[in-house]
Amino acid sequence: MLLKRRSLEDILLDTFVYVSLIFLIIVTLYPFLNTIAVSFNEGLDSIKGGIYLWPRKFTTFNYRSLLGRQQIYHAAWISLMRTVLSVVFGVLSTAIVAYTLSRKEFIFRKFISVLVIVTMYINGGLIPTYFVYRAYGLTGSFWVYVWPAILHAFNVIIVRTYIEGLPDSLIESARIDGAGEIRIFLRIIIPLCMPVLAVVALFTAVAAWNAWFDVFLYNPSSPKLSTLAYELQKVLQSAQAMSASMEQAMSRAAAGTGEVTPRAIRATMTVIVTVPIAVVYPFLQKYFVHGLTLGGVKE
Amino acid sequence: MKEEMLADVVVYKKDDSFIGKLIKQSAWVFMSLPFVVYIIMFRYVPIGGWVMALQNYWPGKNIFQKQWVGFDNFKMLFEDPVFFQVLRNTVAISAIKLFSGMFFSILLALILNEVRNLKFKRITQTISYLPYFISWVVAANLVLNVLSIDGGIVNEVLLALRIIDEPIMFMGIPKLFWWIAGASHVRKEVGWGAIVYLAAMTSINPNLYEAATIDGASRLQRIKYITLPGIKSVVVLVLIMNIGQLLNAGFEQVYLMSNGRVIEYARIFELFELDFGLKMFRYSFAAAAGIFKSVVSIVLVFSANLLAKLLGQERLV
Repeated sequence: MLLKRRSLEDILLDTFVYVSLIFLIIVTLYPFLNTIAVSFNEGLDSIKGGIYLWPRKFTTFNYRSLLGRQQIYHAAWISLMRTVLSVVFGVLSTAIVAYTLSRKEFIFRKFISVLVIVTMYINGGLIPTYFVYRAYGLTGSFWVYVWPAILHAFNVIIVRTYIEGLPDSLIESARIDGAGEIRIFLRIIIPLCMPVLAVVALFTAVAAWNAWFDVFLYNPSSPKLSTLAYELQKVLQSAQAMSASMEQAMSRAAAGTGEVTPRAIRATMTVIVTVPIAVVYPFLQKYFVHGLTLGGVKE
Repeated sequence: MKEEMLADVVVYKKDDSFIGKLIKQSAWVFMSLPFVVYIIMFRYVPIGGWVMALQNYWPGKNIFQKQWVGFDNFKMLFEDPVFFQVLRNTVAISAIKLFSGMFFSILLALILNEVRNLKFKRITQTISYLPYFISWVVAANLVLNVLSIDGGIVNEVLLALRIIDEPIMFMGIPKLFWWIAGASHVRKEVGWGAIVYLAAMTSINPNLYEAATIDGASRLQRIKYITLPGIKSVVVLVLIMNIGQLLNAGFEQVYLMSNGRVIEYARIFELFELDFGLKMFRYSFAAAAGIFKSVVSIVLVFSANLLAKLLGQERLV
């Protein structure tokens, strides 16, 4: 047997590989961990700087104070509702359209396919869309969060490709046994498509949970329709307009009256909005990697 | 017997007509009909709204009171110096994001491919996808915190290493904005972007590596002569697919990260539409800018498609 000796190149390459990956991990995780540390640190102490991975003066005051506000719960409820409804309607409508488009003999297959695919490349744009939705009475309404989001061309194509890959014999034998189209769809197609529908559900859910621009655009003056993501966006934007000295002055004023400082609000809100995603993320990970490869096989 | 067969044929023929098929496929028609209506209402009617760019649109007036102005809004648009600033910023930011994003994703895929400790590889990959799922609201805030002048870690490290004497206000330097946008894009998407290249690497025949090792090729040589050529077609495909996105600089990110000091380098199409349309009430003018963007994007998509065909790639559209 040959003597296995690590060459200099080998050692250098391995060093480079591990150093750069550890750098990546730090760059990815540090800002999150730092934000968590700041959210558990006393607000007035945080503005002195020097908080890294661990709070210096530990407190749960920031959370107690923010979670004591009614507005947060209402926004969380709206966020949850829009996420759940977008996922339910989105998955169902994507599955229905994808199924009919996967039927080779369907007479409108070509027409609807073109209708769907064109929307992947052309859209009305910000201003025309705004006025059209306003004409529909969607502005100032909860449904502006749900209806525009339920059917995306890309999802339809992924699911259609997946259904086309299923053996036709399953559907044929069900049909011979006398099952109607609705029954075939609900009892055969939906269960078989679970993996790809999980991917659609995940992407729809993440997009709905993270969305803030539609709140800003369509419902800026309806606090009852605000979402968690939009509340966070408002906090962050107001912080960006502030200079460092202004922020320090405000922090002192806030601390003096027993309020949460701007920096602490920012950090705490960031954690509150991010935690739901961070919690479900590891469980869903295997699905979305699968989903991306599905996306890769599209025609 | 013969008559029966004949009858079958007749029935078959009757079934084959459009009406016959329509009746036979009525379930599918009813399933898809609501969504055809939906797609037209939510995707096509807004495209029809493009006519407002040819008018002097003011909300509330009825359709007969509208004043048609032809291509005046487009003329004004092309004469506006801000428009060219917008075009420059949009193309620059998206090009920086495209090329740096691809470069670092490929580099990360190559690096991950060299990791032999599978557990470390899996954990690193899991961590690297995470930022992709976190919204830009959070991501932009993390970037601003890291770069802030009071206590931002980048300034603290640079101060500690004595590279700078006093903290730099990174978000206040106009010319730096494009690069900060690019870097924060890479930070958020590099892991996700690497998946497609890693998938391409797993489909490279392992015999090639074995043969090369026996012939005495070093690891770097194997990367250069086997791995890189092995993913070349995927790289070309990703590049072509992204050409159609050249006018999409990423609205949310730019909107959230920009501020008044850097606006001349941060104003992209969507910011222009928002500022001129909804804030200054020049609706038709702003719509014209949006239409310009859409039309150029479509031309880019079809050119990319043509290019893909010429290069012998699969069709994209």
